[in-house]
Amino acid sequence: MYSKTKILIYGYGNPGRQDDGLGNYFVDQARAWAEKQGLDNILFDSNYQLNIEDAAEISDKDIVIFVDASIEDLKTYKLEEITPDDKVEFSMHSVSASYVVHLCNDIYGKSPKAYLLHIKGYAWEFMEGITDKALQNLEGAFNYMKPLLSDPQKLLNNK
Amino acid sequence: MGQKITIEPVTRVEGHGKVTIHLDDKGNVNQTRLHIVEFRGFERFVQGRPYWEAPVLVQRLCGICPVSHHLAAAKALDVIVGAGTGEGLTPTGEKMRRLMHYGQMFQSHALHFFHLASPDLLFGVDGDPLTRNVIGVALKHKDLAVQGVMMRKFGQEIIRATAGKKIHGTGAIPGGINKNLSIEERDFFIKGEDPFNIEKMISWAQDAVDFFKGYHKQNQAFIDGFAEFPSSHLSLVRKDGAMDLYHGVLRAVDADGKKILNDVDYQDYMEYINEEVRNWSYMKFPYLMHLGKEEGWYRVGPLARCNTADFIPTPLAQKEFEIFKDYTKGKPNNMSMHMHWARLIETLHSAEMIRELLNDPDLQKNDLVTKGTKVKKGVGLIEAPRGTLFHHYEINDKDQIEMANLIVSTTNNNEPMNRAVNSVAKEYMNGQKEITEGMMNAVEVAIRAYDPCLSCATHALGQMPLEIALFDASNNLIDKKRS
Repeated sequence: MYSKTKILIYGYGNPGRQDDGLGNYFVDQARAWAEKQGLDNILFDSNYQLNIEDAAEISDKDIVIFVDASIEDLKTYKLEEITPDDKVEFSMHSVSASYVVHLCNDIYGKSPKAYLLHIKGYAWEFMEGITDKALQNLEGAFNYMKPLLSDPQKLLNNK
Repeated sequence: MGQKITIEPVTRVEGHGKVTIHLDDKGNVNQTRLHIVEFRGFERFVQGRPYWEAPVLVQRLCGICPVSHHLAAAKALDVIVGAGTGEGLTPTGEKMRRLMHYGQMFQSHALHFFHLASPDLLFGVDGDPLTRNVIGVALKHKDLAVQGVMMRKFGQEIIRATAGKKIHGTGAIPGGINKNLSIEERDFFIKGEDPFNIEKMISWAQDAVDFFKGYHKQNQAFIDGFAEFPSSHLSLVRKDGAMDLYHGVLRAVDADGKKILNDVDYQDYMEYINEEVRNWSYMKFPYLMHLGKEEGWYRVGPLARCNTADFIPTPLAQKEFEIFKDYTKGKPNNMSMHMHWARLIETLHSAEMIRELLNDPDLQKNDLVTKGTKVKKGVGLIEAPRGTLFHHYEINDKDQIEMANLIVSTTNNNEPMNRAVNSVAKEYMNGQKEITEGMMNAVEVAIRAYDPCLSCATHALGQMPLEIALFDASNNLIDKKRS
């Protein structure tokens, strides 16, 4: 039954700003892997940042994994379930993953199981390509996620 | 010694800004400043890169306005490859770019109105900050929230179909475009299942204008008086004076409507516009040289465009434009909150333009690129959602970019945003010793009307909450708030 679970992996960031593109690179890697594995229940999206229309995008999914580069104080990567939140920033034209989930609940009455995969990044200059350390973190995060994506029961049942 | 209030955004990467409000001994506002830390690193970064990379490279600048930078850079490079100055492209090349641009305009304006502005309007400046956001709108006006989401999504899909992809799109190339629009792609937008089709988008855009007009009637004093100040206005207009968001000549009018820049070729922009550096801000202050630093500043963006254009070349938007112009008896409109009105008229115009372009068979043709004799310098201007965007490149004999100069829309609006903050600060903060939510939001609303892209202006990425810190006459911090 879990092979029918509709999963969206949504990476965001600007790959033109070094490690800020970690989420986008994760999507590229995961898409290639899923195709090879024949996991057609996993869908992918990628953008510079999240925005309000993503509430519609996630509304028909069972599980959503947002993937973002992180400057937080974490060692390599971290997967956490998203708590819906309605906080918006003053003038930015982007919103947080928790905001998207909240908006999806309010507008569409849908609550996909949503997670944010934080991958630690280190450099944010105007350059293509990620740093070696970030690449290691990306590999680690991807290896951690593979079994969860193959058998998403744990993701669905997480409370 | 006076008091000082500081509003300071914090960023995820680098680049930041803040607002300081200086109070005198009596607690009245006597000076305000919007500081934005601008990094000019990008211009240095592109030096030495092959010129044809620029339309993709510039998308690194900002994840919010990548399409505007993509197209402005491509327009500058059209000149360099000898493909003309905005009028030499093949019909398919130019119309595909226009479709991309109007898609960008439509989604950006929709986001601003439904996501950022409507909560201010629906819940008021003094509204509970916990509900004064699009979630609050969703709870009370679900239809508006859904429309906002769908309009954004529609515009994003137009961009994807024309630019090829959402990130680092490659649609526009020097001299033209690298793909046309297939019949299937076209029909997706024309015949899409309700509500995802262009007719519904036009209908919703019209509803949004009507919503604003209704709100304006009920809140005339606030909408007209909030952050109102006289200014000049600058934008591109088509050669016949029509509003044209993709290409035209540069026109500026003063607060009374007199033309102070008379439809000049933007290739020569450096003869007319200069940028002043002030020691308290990293963001420059552009001005018209012949009027000088004090008198030469101007506004850009939707309000400016409605003030400079003689008419709008699509019927529904033209009808609304006439109502808009009648309100100020044909004179320029200097009311900051009318920026929202102008933005919604442009949203309607963009939707009408998208329909017109989708129905144009030129989009299915295959003559995509124009080539000519290469020159060393090219300037590309476009009316980005937030206002006039300048890209200027010069190349060397090895086809490498030797010089780049960008004036982004938010920089063009630097002085007006400062004036708007000043106007609101005087109204809300005179005699105050602590910052209320209403005061905080009033300053935000004033800046937000200009829809600034701080990411663009600072060439940085990240979240930009605002922080206000209040200083007493001796510069001691006595209150501090963050949105």
